[in-house]
Amino acid sequence: MEKILKMVAQRLALGLLTLFVVSLIIFLAVELLPGDLAEALLGQSATPETVAAIRRELKLDLPMHERYVSWLWGILQGDMGRSLANQREISELIGGRLANTLFLALFAAFVSVPLALTLGVLAALYRNSIYDRVVNAVTLSSISFPEFFVAYILVLLLAVVLGWFPAISNVSDDLGFWERIYRTALPALTLTLVVIAHMMRMTRAAIISLLASPYIEMANLKGLTRTHVIVHHALPNALAPIINVVVINLAYLIVGVIVVEVVFVYPGLGQLLVDSVSKRDIPVVQASCMIFAATYILLNLTADVLSIMTNPRLMHPR
Amino acid sequence: MITEPGNGAKGEIILEMRGLRIEGQADDQWHEIVHDIDLDLRRGEVLGLIGESGAGKSTIGIAAMGFARPGCRITGGSIVFDGIDLRAASEEEKRKLRGARIAYVAQSAAAAFNPAHKLIDQYCETPVQHGIMPRAEAEAAAKDLYRRLQLPDPDNIGFRYPHQVSGGQLQRAMTAMAMSCRPDLIIFDEPTTALDVTTQIEVLAAIKDIVRQFNTAAIYITHDLAVVAQMADRIMVLRNGYLIEEGGAGDIIAAPKEEYTRQLVAVRSFRKESQVEIDQDRPLLKVENVTASYGGLVMVLKDVSMEIHKARTVAVVGESGSGKSTLARVITGLLPPLEGKIYYGNEEMPAALKHRNPEQLRRMQMIYQMPDTALNPRHRVREIIGRPLEFYLGLRGLDREERIRELMSMIELEADDFIDRFPGELSGGQKQRVCIARALAAEPELIICDEVTSALDQLVAEEILKLLQRLQDELHVSYMFITHDLATVRAISDEIVVMLQGEVVEQGDKETVLTPPHHEYTELLLSSVPEMDPDWLDNLLAKRECGVA
Repeated sequence: MEKILKMVAQRLALGLLTLFVVSLIIFLAVELLPGDLAEALLGQSATPETVAAIRRELKLDLPMHERYVSWLWGILQGDMGRSLANQREISELIGGRLANTLFLALFAAFVSVPLALTLGVLAALYRNSIYDRVVNAVTLSSISFPEFFVAYILVLLLAVVLGWFPAISNVSDDLGFWERIYRTALPALTLTLVVIAHMMRMTRAAIISLLASPYIEMANLKGLTRTHVIVHHALPNALAPIINVVVINLAYLIVGVIVVEVVFVYPGLGQLLVDSVSKRDIPVVQASCMIFAATYILLNLTADVLSIMTNPRLMHPR
Repeated sequence: MITEPGNGAKGEIILEMRGLRIEGQADDQWHEIVHDIDLDLRRGEVLGLIGESGAGKSTIGIAAMGFARPGCRITGGSIVFDGIDLRAASEEEKRKLRGARIAYVAQSAAAAFNPAHKLIDQYCETPVQHGIMPRAEAEAAAKDLYRRLQLPDPDNIGFRYPHQVSGGQLQRAMTAMAMSCRPDLIIFDEPTTALDVTTQIEVLAAIKDIVRQFNTAAIYITHDLAVVAQMADRIMVLRNGYLIEEGGAGDIIAAPKEEYTRQLVAVRSFRKESQVEIDQDRPLLKVENVTASYGGLVMVLKDVSMEIHKARTVAVVGESGSGKSTLARVITGLLPPLEGKIYYGNEEMPAALKHRNPEQLRRMQMIYQMPDTALNPRHRVREIIGRPLEFYLGLRGLDREERIRELMSMIELEADDFIDRFPGELSGGQKQRVCIARALAAEPELIICDEVTSALDQLVAEEILKLLQRLQDELHVSYMFITHDLATVRAISDEIVVMLQGEVVEQGDKETVLTPPHHEYTELLLSSVPEMDPDWLDNLLAKRECGVA
């Protein structure tokens, strides 16, 4: 256990280092965006004097490294600055959006992960059967279409033709839990369709690759049922690759939802990022990107730790 | 439900096979690999199946469970187990028999135990899933069996994971697992092949004892006639899927009828004859006080010194983990030692491979245990042998071609037939010959042979040893022969170095080391090599018992 804690600490330190590098990249990339914020803000009333005044007020006149350091220092203290567009605290602005995005991601994950694992195990169990082929074909085609296409098809079928769900997922803080579920059903379903194929196919492949192992033959020769062999003997040894794929997809559910949020006009972080880019609201863009990067790093760390926990050689050394 | 030890009369037929035919798939075609085999086994009887690889012994053994490995199918004949026709039985019926009434013990326990579960969980699974006893009862039974099989700390060893237990202990735990439902029949599929000789003895004794206690019928599959002689009442000799000879264990050993069986009995009678006068003052290779380690934590070699003289064979003997392969890695420069020096002639060799020049590299060549992995599967024999000719000697074009053919005739492979083949189109013995030719191509003075015969069948291995000996007589090359097999040592060595846990415990001339008095460990090693005598195991165990008492 001590070893694992030490490893987690190491990985966390490494994660922080990565995050620092990412912060540099984000800052530089945003610097490279064309156009001048002050002019964009002032629009018609941009005179050299007003532009200079705004630049001074927003500290845009300072050299780049000074701005970077003060930005990073702010983040370390939990202060992400203010939005340029509406002068609100960014943490306050992002907070609600992040909660919405997380809600949608969790919703989609709760549906897609168990479903994908079950379908994958069943596909391994009945490999090369009709069931296996149908599941493979359906999941593959759902991943092959672009997300917005899947989203619009779902809107057409379930919202317009059948009228079961709302086509637009406008949620607000005062909604009850089930009402929220109801309104986010379509984006969650879209995301599920997008991520399920990857996880399901990895589950199937990871299990099948183990079926030629001597210990699987041994399990068969012990007269165990096929389901028992797959679930108790193959699955535990296949967990490491499966966990990695599941986590990559979970990360995608949080950071990759931009298109889906835009299609369903869902007030999440992705939507905010798109708006902010078009408004040149740079502090918001930077803050959102940092949150996405941190999410990725944290989830990958989780995957590493979980993979190690499934390996008895590392958990129980000689 | 459970038969108590010693119950059930010997004599009633438990397994009967008639005209068994099995086909295997190769290159999208089905070929018959087991031809018309009849087999009878009575309760409490142990039947030995013996043969070289490809004899079909494992396939037949597993067919006794009504099972065919992927790529195999049972095509003809009958398999009747205790009145149940296994060829007509449904999958579900056969599943209920497997584990409960017919159990299997696999060759490599390390691979056949699931790494993700504790030993006792894997033990209990069979009786619990078959509905024979509840978990708590199964656990108690497991501990009892662990005790009977003389596993250390029987109450707790089950709660370990497979990787936390040694190979010999795992193999006994697997025997316990096979016994969990007190089956009528157990198939032992080369259960000791992967073990060291000293460990093999413990496992053989444990298996023999437990099979007797429960009067279980068993099929014991092995390629080692000396081992099967200890275990079996009756022996079937198989070759290429045909039955060659069948009879009582004593009869087969004492009076084999068929030529093939005679060869198997006589295997390893080969002895080196020639003796080369050595120049004691000037060894070819000198290893001086070498200490080495992987990663610096555990010392794999401790203060090892040895010499190899021209045209002599030095056998380095030891069990797994003794550091013998590490010594070869140090000599070749793959693992620079922490302390100590390597001299070649009068010159000190740079410790690391990358600091050695091509000439220094040329003089020492290696042959490996697994010819399958030592040869590039995408290169033809011509490229494999031709490459060192180009690299070390700068031969090209016709000169190169001529030399390749010369080398191939030295290793007794017909050049016209084999020069354009890929390794995949060669047998195991032929591959090892190509490896020898590749080593010879550099015109080395010393060849390090790392377990070169371990992966080969006994008859093939003997041919390789003879070839190596002939080459030494002709070319005066020296061998450092790393092996765990004392029969090989007896056959080929001039000098012996015995290693244990990274240290040299004894070294000297073959005669000196092999004649008593031995070092304690050498004695243990020597006495553990199975002999053809069917009473050898019982006698040895009795002797050791006395020794302890």
